[in-house]
Amino acid sequence: MNAMPGWADAIVVPLISVLIAFAISSGVILAIGESPVEAMTLMVTGALGSSYGWGYTLYYATNFIFTGLAVAVAFHAGLFNIGGEGQATLGGLGVALACLFVPWPHWSLALIGAMAAGAAFGALWAALPGWLQARRGSHVVITTIMFNFIAAAVLNYVLVNVLRPTGSMDPATARFPGATNLPTLGEILGAIGIPFSRSTPANVSLFVALAACVAVWLLIWRTRAGYEIRAFGKSDRAAVYAGISPVRITMLAMLVSGALAGLMAINNVMGEAERLMLNAVEGAGFIGIAVALMGRSHPFGVLLAALLFGFLYQGGAELALWTSIPRELITVIQALVILFTGALDNMVRQPVEALFLRLRKGAK
Amino acid sequence: MAAGRPGAAPFAIELRGISKAFGPVQANRDICLQVARGTIHGIVGENGAGKSTLMSILYGFYRADAGQILIGGSPTPIPDSQAAIRAGIGMVFQHFKLVPNFTVLENVILGAEDGARLGPSLAKARRALQALAREHELEVDPDALVEDLSVGHQQRVEILKALYRQAEILILDEPTGVLTPAEANHLFRILRGLSERGKTIILITHKLREIMDITDHVSVMRRGEMVATMRTADTSPEALAELMVGRKVLSRVEKGPARPGRTVLEVEDLRVCDAHGIERLKGVSLTVRAGEILGIAGVAGNGQSDLLDVLGGIARGTGHVRLNGRALDLSGRGCNGHARRKAGIAHVPEDRQNLGMIMDFTAWENVAFGYQGDPRYRRGPLMDNDALRADCAGKMARFDVRPPICDLPAKSFSGGNQQKLILAREIERNPDLLLIGQPTRGVDIGAIEFIHQQIVRLRDAGKAVLLVSVELDEILGLSDRIAVMFDGRIMGVRDPATTSERALGLLMAGVDDDKGAA
Repeated sequence: MNAMPGWADAIVVPLISVLIAFAISSGVILAIGESPVEAMTLMVTGALGSSYGWGYTLYYATNFIFTGLAVAVAFHAGLFNIGGEGQATLGGLGVALACLFVPWPHWSLALIGAMAAGAAFGALWAALPGWLQARRGSHVVITTIMFNFIAAAVLNYVLVNVLRPTGSMDPATARFPGATNLPTLGEILGAIGIPFSRSTPANVSLFVALAACVAVWLLIWRTRAGYEIRAFGKSDRAAVYAGISPVRITMLAMLVSGALAGLMAINNVMGEAERLMLNAVEGAGFIGIAVALMGRSHPFGVLLAALLFGFLYQGGAELALWTSIPRELITVIQALVILFTGALDNMVRQPVEALFLRLRKGAK
Repeated sequence: MAAGRPGAAPFAIELRGISKAFGPVQANRDICLQVARGTIHGIVGENGAGKSTLMSILYGFYRADAGQILIGGSPTPIPDSQAAIRAGIGMVFQHFKLVPNFTVLENVILGAEDGARLGPSLAKARRALQALAREHELEVDPDALVEDLSVGHQQRVEILKALYRQAEILILDEPTGVLTPAEANHLFRILRGLSERGKTIILITHKLREIMDITDHVSVMRRGEMVATMRTADTSPEALAELMVGRKVLSRVEKGPARPGRTVLEVEDLRVCDAHGIERLKGVSLTVRAGEILGIAGVAGNGQSDLLDVLGGIARGTGHVRLNGRALDLSGRGCNGHARRKAGIAHVPEDRQNLGMIMDFTAWENVAFGYQGDPRYRRGPLMDNDALRADCAGKMARFDVRPPICDLPAKSFSGGNQQKLILAREIERNPDLLLIGQPTRGVDIGAIEFIHQQIVRLRDAGKAVLLVSVELDEILGLSDRIAVMFDGRIMGVRDPATTSERALGLLMAGVDDDKGAA
C-alpha cells in the first residue's frame, strides 16, 4: 500500500521543500542586512509582475524544459546523463550550421531544419558516451562530464577557426539570415490580440518545448520503447530476463536524451542570440539535472520545475539590478532549492507520509 | 519428559503481550510465549505471519510497541543487539553474517575483541573454540578462511560465534534452507546436544517435518498472532499446517500418472562459465518429454540456476540444446529471452523479485513483462493499456490473485500472489516447455497447493516442465523423473516411485551409490 496519494507525492512534498528553501534563503538575506520581504517582492514582480518579466521567465524555462527532459529520459533508463551542457552546446553548432548554410524560404521550415540538426548533433554527442557505457562499461557519469569539456573545446575551435567571419574579433558566427529569425512570444500573442512585451527573448520554441513534454510523456508511458526503458531503469537484470537488450535501451535512451538537450539550441541560439556564441548554454545543461530531480522525471513535473527555475533566474537578475544583494545570492537560493528537493527529499517526505498515515487511520 | 513443566523453575525466555505495528500493518499482536530452559521450541508460520518480526524484537533490531520480555524470570528490556547478547541470546541468521576473507577465529572474535591488541583475544578464542568443539561436535578448523568452508561449516561458525558470546538461548532462522539432508541431520544432532547441556533453542522454520523431528514444543503464528502452542508429541504435520493456514491443506500433490510423449527438450554437453570464468555447468545432458515433469534436485548453487538461465536465454553457454528438434542459439545474438519465448519456452525464474517482475511496476504492467512486443498489447505505435488491464483482470481471476487490483504495484502483493501472477503470465502463453525455478520459495502454504496444481495441469495438457527446487519434498511430490545436480553435473536420474530420500541426499552430496564418491 502506498502511504500517500500520488498528488501528494508529486505536489505537496516538492512544495514544502521549496518553501523551506525560501525560508532559509530569507534568513540569509536577513543576515546580510537586507529585507527578505522586499527581496521576495522584487523577485516576484520582476519575474512575474509584467509581461516583460514573464517573457524572460518563460525564455529561461524553455531552456530548462529541454535540458530537464533530457535528464529525465536518461533517468528512466537508470542512466545519469550529466552531459546536457555539452549536448546542448553541440546542438547549438548543428542549429548554427543549418541556419547559416541552408537558404530557408520561411522561418517555419528553418525551425524544422534547425530542430533536426540540433537534435542530431546533441544525439551524436550523447551517443558516444552511450556506446562506451553499453559496450565497454565506461560509466556515463564520467564520460558525459568529460564530453562537456570536449564540447566546449570543439565549439571554441570551430568558432575561432572556422565559423568566425573574417575580420571579426568576436569568437561567434555571423548573424543568421533574417528568414531564420523565429517569431517572438510577443509577436505571436500580439497576432491573436493579447498584448505582450515584444522586447523579450521568449519565442515560438516555448511551444516546441511544451510539445516535447507531451512527446516524452507518450514515449515513456505509452510506448513499448518507454516500457523497456523504464523496466531497464528499474532492474537491468530483470530486463535481460524479459528479452530486453541492454545495449539497445542504453543507446536509445542516450540518443533521445541527447537529442532533447540539443533541441534547446533552437531557443537560445536560433530564437534569442540569432548567432552562435561561446558559452551559449550558460549552465542550462546542469540546471536540467535539478529540474529533472525536482520534477521526479515526469514531463509535467519537469515543466513546473523549469518554470520555478526560470522564475529564479529572472527574479535573481532583477534582484541584482535593483538592490545591493549580490547576484550570487540567487545561486544560494537555487542551491537551497536543489538541496531540499533533490538531496534532502526524504527529510520532508517521511513526516508527510506519517501525517497521511495518521489521517487515514483517523478516517477509519 | 523433563522439559514439560519444570515446576517453579523460571522460563528461559518469556514474552508477555508483545505487539508491534509497522504503519497500518500489525506485524505482532499480543504475543505470549514461554520457553522452558533446555528445550527446543519451534515456531512455524506462513510468510508474513510475523515470525521474523518477533525474532527481531527479541534480538533488539526492533522495539516492541507494547509488552515485556523476561529472561530467566526477570524483565529484561532489549533496546539493541548488544543488550540481547548480554542477556545471553544468540542468533543464527538465514543469511550468515560472516566476513568471507577472515579466518574462522577472526570471525568468532569479531565484535567481541578484548582490547586493541588481537593476539590475546585470538589465543583465548582458540582455547574456547577447542573446548566448544569437543563439547558440542562443532569441529571447524579455526584457521580456515570462511569463504573456503562449506555452507554447513559456515553455519557451525555462526553457532560457535553465539556460544563464544556465552549465549544461553540460541535462535535459528530457517537453518536448513541451504543444507543437504545429511548436513541438516548433523545440525539437528548438534542442536539436540546443546539442549541436553541446558541451552535453550528456538527454531524458526517452515518445514513441518523438521519441527516434528527435533522440537519439544511448537508454536504456530498466523497473521501476527500466536494461535497455538503445544507439545510436539501431541500434534501432527497436518494439524500444524491447518493451524498455519487456518483451513485444511493437501500436503501431497494430487496427480495422475504421466503420459510422456515426444521429446521436447534435448540438452547435450551443456557448459556455462560465470563472470569469473569459473565453469558452473560441466557438461550437462538431459531430455524432457512432452507431458512430463523433470525435477532437478540439488543443494542451491550446484548449477541449477545456471541451467535455467542458459535455457531461458539470460546466460550464455556452449553445447547443444534442441527444442522440438530445432537447435537453440546458446551464445550468439539469438541467445536472449525474447528469442526463447518465440521458440516456445516460458520461464518462471527462481529470483521472482529481481528477475521475474519489476516490483515498482503495477500488476498490469507486469503482465506484459517479457511479452511487451505482443501485438495484442499494441494499438498503433502505442501500448494498449486497456487491453493490458483487461488481460490482467482475467489472469487475476483465473489464478486467484489477491487482491485482484490491477493498478497495485507488484511489491504490494504477497510472495504467493506475485508468483501466481507470474505463473498466469507464463502458463497462459501455452508454452511447449516451462522452466520453473523454486516455484514455492517464499510462498504461503495456501498458495503452494494452487501453484502445484497449475504445474501438474500444464503437464497433463501435454507440455514439458523442467522444475528446479531445493525443496526435496516438492521435487518428490511433483516430478515424474528426478535428476540430481552436484557441482555442475547431473549425478543421476531416478524414478521418484522407486528412489528414497536418502539415496537422493547422497547424490546431492556428490556421492554416487553405484560408483562411490564422485
